[in-house]
Amino acid sequence: MSSELRYTANTQLEHLHARYTGTGHADMSKYDWLTHQHRDTLSSIVGHPTLTSYLAIADGEATGRIKFEMTERMLQPCGPPPAKDED
Amino acid sequence: MSAPGSPRLVDSFTAPREILKEFEELAEEEDVDPFAETASKRQIAQRQSDYHNRRFSRVAVDSADAFQGEGAEGEGGYKEAMRLQMLEKEEQRVKRAIEEKEKKAREEDQEKMDLDKTPPAAELEAAEKELAAAASTKRKRRWDVDTTEKTDTGEWGKEALDAAAPKKRRSRWDATPADVADTPKRSRWDMTPAAAGGDAPMIPILMNAPGIMMEDKHNRYLSDDELDAVLPSQGYAIVTPPPGYAPLIAPRKLMATPLPDVGGFQIQESSDAAAMAAAAGLAPELPTEIPGVGNLAFFKAEDAQYFAKILKEEDETELSVEEMKERKIMRLLLKIKNGTPPVRKTALRQITDKARDFGAGPLFDKILPLLMERTLEDQERHLLVKVIDRVLYKLDDLVRPYVHKILVVIEPLLIDEDYYARVEGREIISNLSKAAGLAHMISTMRPDIDHADEYVRNTTARAFSVVASALGIPSLLPFLKAVCKSKKSWQARHTGIRIVQQIAIMMGCAVLPHLRNLVECIAHGLSDEQQKVRTMTALGLAALAEAAAPYGIESFDNVLKPLWMGIRLHRGKGLAAFLKAIGFIIPLMDPEYASYYTKEVTVILIREFQTSDEEMKKIVLKVVKQCAATEGVTPQYIKQDILPDFFKAFWVRRMALDRRNYRQVVETTVELAQKAGASEIIGRIVNELKDEAEPYRKMVMETITKVVASLGASDVDEKLEVRLVDGIIYSFQEQTTEDQVMLDGFGTVVNALGIRVKPYLTQIVSTILWRLNNKSAKVRQQAADLTSRLAVVIKQCGEDQLLSKLGLVLFEQLGEEYPDTLGSIIAAEGAIANVVGMTQMNPPVKDLLPRMTPILRNRHEKVQEASINLIGRIADRGAEFVPAREWMRICFELLDLLKAHKKGIRRAAVNSFGYIAKSLGPQDVLSVLLTNLRVQERQSRVCSTVAIAIVAETCGPFTCIPAILNEYRTAELNVRTGCLKALSFVFEYVGPQSAYYVDSVVTMLEDALTDRDLVHRQTASTIVKHLALGVAGLGCEDSMMHLMNLVWPNCFETSPHVIGAVMDAIEAMRVTLGPGVLLSYVLQGLFHPARKVREVYWRVYNALYLGAQDALVPFYADLSELSEGQNVYDRHPLQVFI
Repeated sequence: MSSELRYTANTQLEHLHARYTGTGHADMSKYDWLTHQHRDTLSSIVGHPTLTSYLAIADGEATGRIKFEMTERMLQPCGPPPAKDED
Repeated sequence: MSAPGSPRLVDSFTAPREILKEFEELAEEEDVDPFAETASKRQIAQRQSDYHNRRFSRVAVDSADAFQGEGAEGEGGYKEAMRLQMLEKEEQRVKRAIEEKEKKAREEDQEKMDLDKTPPAAELEAAEKELAAAASTKRKRRWDVDTTEKTDTGEWGKEALDAAAPKKRRSRWDATPADVADTPKRSRWDMTPAAAGGDAPMIPILMNAPGIMMEDKHNRYLSDDELDAVLPSQGYAIVTPPPGYAPLIAPRKLMATPLPDVGGFQIQESSDAAAMAAAAGLAPELPTEIPGVGNLAFFKAEDAQYFAKILKEEDETELSVEEMKERKIMRLLLKIKNGTPPVRKTALRQITDKARDFGAGPLFDKILPLLMERTLEDQERHLLVKVIDRVLYKLDDLVRPYVHKILVVIEPLLIDEDYYARVEGREIISNLSKAAGLAHMISTMRPDIDHADEYVRNTTARAFSVVASALGIPSLLPFLKAVCKSKKSWQARHTGIRIVQQIAIMMGCAVLPHLRNLVECIAHGLSDEQQKVRTMTALGLAALAEAAAPYGIESFDNVLKPLWMGIRLHRGKGLAAFLKAIGFIIPLMDPEYASYYTKEVTVILIREFQTSDEEMKKIVLKVVKQCAATEGVTPQYIKQDILPDFFKAFWVRRMALDRRNYRQVVETTVELAQKAGASEIIGRIVNELKDEAEPYRKMVMETITKVVASLGASDVDEKLEVRLVDGIIYSFQEQTTEDQVMLDGFGTVVNALGIRVKPYLTQIVSTILWRLNNKSAKVRQQAADLTSRLAVVIKQCGEDQLLSKLGLVLFEQLGEEYPDTLGSIIAAEGAIANVVGMTQMNPPVKDLLPRMTPILRNRHEKVQEASINLIGRIADRGAEFVPAREWMRICFELLDLLKAHKKGIRRAAVNSFGYIAKSLGPQDVLSVLLTNLRVQERQSRVCSTVAIAIVAETCGPFTCIPAILNEYRTAELNVRTGCLKALSFVFEYVGPQSAYYVDSVVTMLEDALTDRDLVHRQTASTIVKHLALGVAGLGCEDSMMHLMNLVWPNCFETSPHVIGAVMDAIEAMRVTLGPGVLLSYVLQGLFHPARKVREVYWRVYNALYLGAQDALVPFYADLSELSEGQNVYDRHPLQVFI
């Protein structure tokens, strides 16, 4: 609360930012942050044809297959979320 | 100084006697509250109409929660509500019957009186008997004391009553319960105290009708004792009331009825004497500090009755849990309603958080009566509505039993004249319906649909339309169909159709998917036996067609025939509604159908052209406009069939007198002109420009202006052109009122004619010249204004001599004393200078400019703006014609203009500095501006910095930056801040050019960014931002990195402006340095142990992430070593090699 009040002039911006996927906050866990990084990496590969072809050549697969695999992997790129602590 | 003949000199002046007297009188009346008048204006109930205030006479019922099982069936419920509603209807019917009967009796009685002046023997006898009785008892008795012998209510008695005491006749207002609120002393609840006490589910929300507050010391009745004391005991006899007199209401007796008996929302506690006294106005001091609440912004006398329980100190240990809860709610409500903003905010949060603990009952029992308070003001209402909104959200389905009560209070908001109140009302009802569910809403509102009171039906219809928009039209459709076909009462059908109308009005084109269903729902209403239902159906169809435009004609197929048949069958209001519907449906049709149906309706329209009904006139005009706008209607048809009658009926002087008619006629005529052509319309009305009635001339002029503006004057032939110009000159000369219409008309027409006005120019210009010398300032002003409008056309026609003549005359007029006129004259001179150019300008620029210099000191805004524009223009185009000294003089004058209130003036002044600097060289101007940084006024300094930046932009940054840097060494804070600001604007304006200057300013920025003064660092951050954005990609990364290191530590600043500027600078650095560099800064603090650090860093990270999401991918650190168990953090795709 207090930190929000300190940035009164910019709170709107902060709220706006918080609405986007991938943005973080002070209580973000390592797992969440890294998951977002992985997803960004995967989507970057899918989005840049040169990267996709690079991977396709390296793996000996079709680019379509690579795209598909990357997209599939976005579901839980770092495995299932770790168990919550008690607190 | 006095005139020679004056008797003596007055050595002191004082206020006029009548004013002094007025104050004396005011002082005498001690109770006078100077704020009373404004307070009553703030009160919603005071400014609203009687219709709006009917809300005070509504009755709310508990709505049983149908979803709660058997238990809740006991009290309230749908059945009960319907029964109550029937009762109420019956009551009204009986009342009306009684009233009717009485009226008839009175009339008969009147006849009798007229025929025979002597009262009937029987009456005389009775009166005598009464007198004797009174004499024998010897007891003083007032006429209105209720005694048993006066219960005779027979027909005869009534007549006697009317004859004997015609003044005491019951007024109509006592009879209708709807208007109870208007009578100051009697409310329906007073009449039947017993019934109200016993009937549990019928809970009146209003306890605030003025009748309730009868303890008011000013208005209470005099007691017998008091009357005895006032009147002499001898020489007077107390006249007994006539035998038949039976007061329908006996106020004195009822006054004794203890108020709390009424039950329901009542809060007042009879035991609390202090609060009662406060409520009655006996204790004038109102508390501003309440125990457990603290200081309040205000406290009104009316509040005391609601918050009586918390006004005094109590021993909290003796209270039960329920009572504690009640007091807690009251305190919170009082804080919200009367508290200062911070108090209000925390209280609102508390009441929201605890809403479910408090429960719906206790909360609404407190909130709703407050909302029905008569002295409620906008602000209070807004806050209370906000409370309901928040609480509703939390309570969810717990509100069910209170739905009707809430509706009764909130529905009136839907017809409030204030837009925001309506929106608030809609919001609440929509949330309510989401919380309570459709079935419950319907069962709650169903009884009100055929309520006897039109007001209730109206608001209910609107509430239903809100429910429809909240829960979707399809879910409400089956119910609507049933209601619209109701056989039981026409009121139900009427309301059902009105709901559809309101849905269309509220939801607009969102009705399209359900259009067919909605139309089918109400279509049969067109042939209803009730006139009102038919009218409402037509209005509903109009609303649907308006909402659906331009789609959906196929949904209206079924109603076309009845509508077009209907216009032949109806007259008056019904016809107006039908025509309105047709007017909205025709634009949806295909061209050929539109043409056919227009022809059908035209006959009726032309007949109704003659109508004397204002409403009908407006609708007819609107329909004509709509028909004319459709594609299928041919110009030929309009010219032949509509125009002759239209002009005969509407182009008459009388139409110009009413503002709304005037506008309608002009709009419709312009629309007709779109089809019929400009010359057709102008030809018909051009002669009226010489009409003797000025408003009518104005109407003609406005129409011609609009027609010419949209269609041009190309089809105006030579003959018409002569008449037109002649008429315009005539009406311009003859105008007596000062408005824009004639001026605009003149300008528009002449500009449209263009070169064709050449033959008339001599005449026009001589008119202007003549009027420029007129005695009246307004006439001179108009002539000058006209000159500015005509300048372009005169130049087009090649009449340069005329222009130079005008220019000279205007130049001579620059001594004008009326500022408005002077402003217009300068503007006209400017317009001429604009079209002829600086070299050809007559008077020559070198004469004109020195003349303008003193005028710049004029404080009038219009003069300032006109002169600064003229001077700026000269500085821009013809600076070389004026000596440098003169320009410097103007520079100093311009500094004063930087203080102007109007932004346009300041901007023009700042731009003028740029032009002047360009022609003179920057040095002198710059030194003037830099010196101006020392002045006190902030606005003047800010404008100077902007001007410096503009000079830098026009003359090149190298001319200014050294001077600014030098000035920055001054020890004065204002000057240094000013320099920083100027630099910030400079770099903003010059953009990429700043790459050349980065290294020169770095040392200064180092100094500024490490200054202790916040503003310094803020402004320096702004400079860094502009610099960074300007030099992105230009190879200044080294200096930028240096600046970044200086900016970065400021990211923990808390002052909003500073942190904003710093964040902006960091964001700009992302562009110059690249996101990777920024990420390395940010990574250090994302998982810092201190939350305050983390918060700031995440903020920067989020901005970075949103700005460069994809670009960050290669820069993320390899965190594979953090992998544990199932979670593998390796980014394998990035580890692939070929």
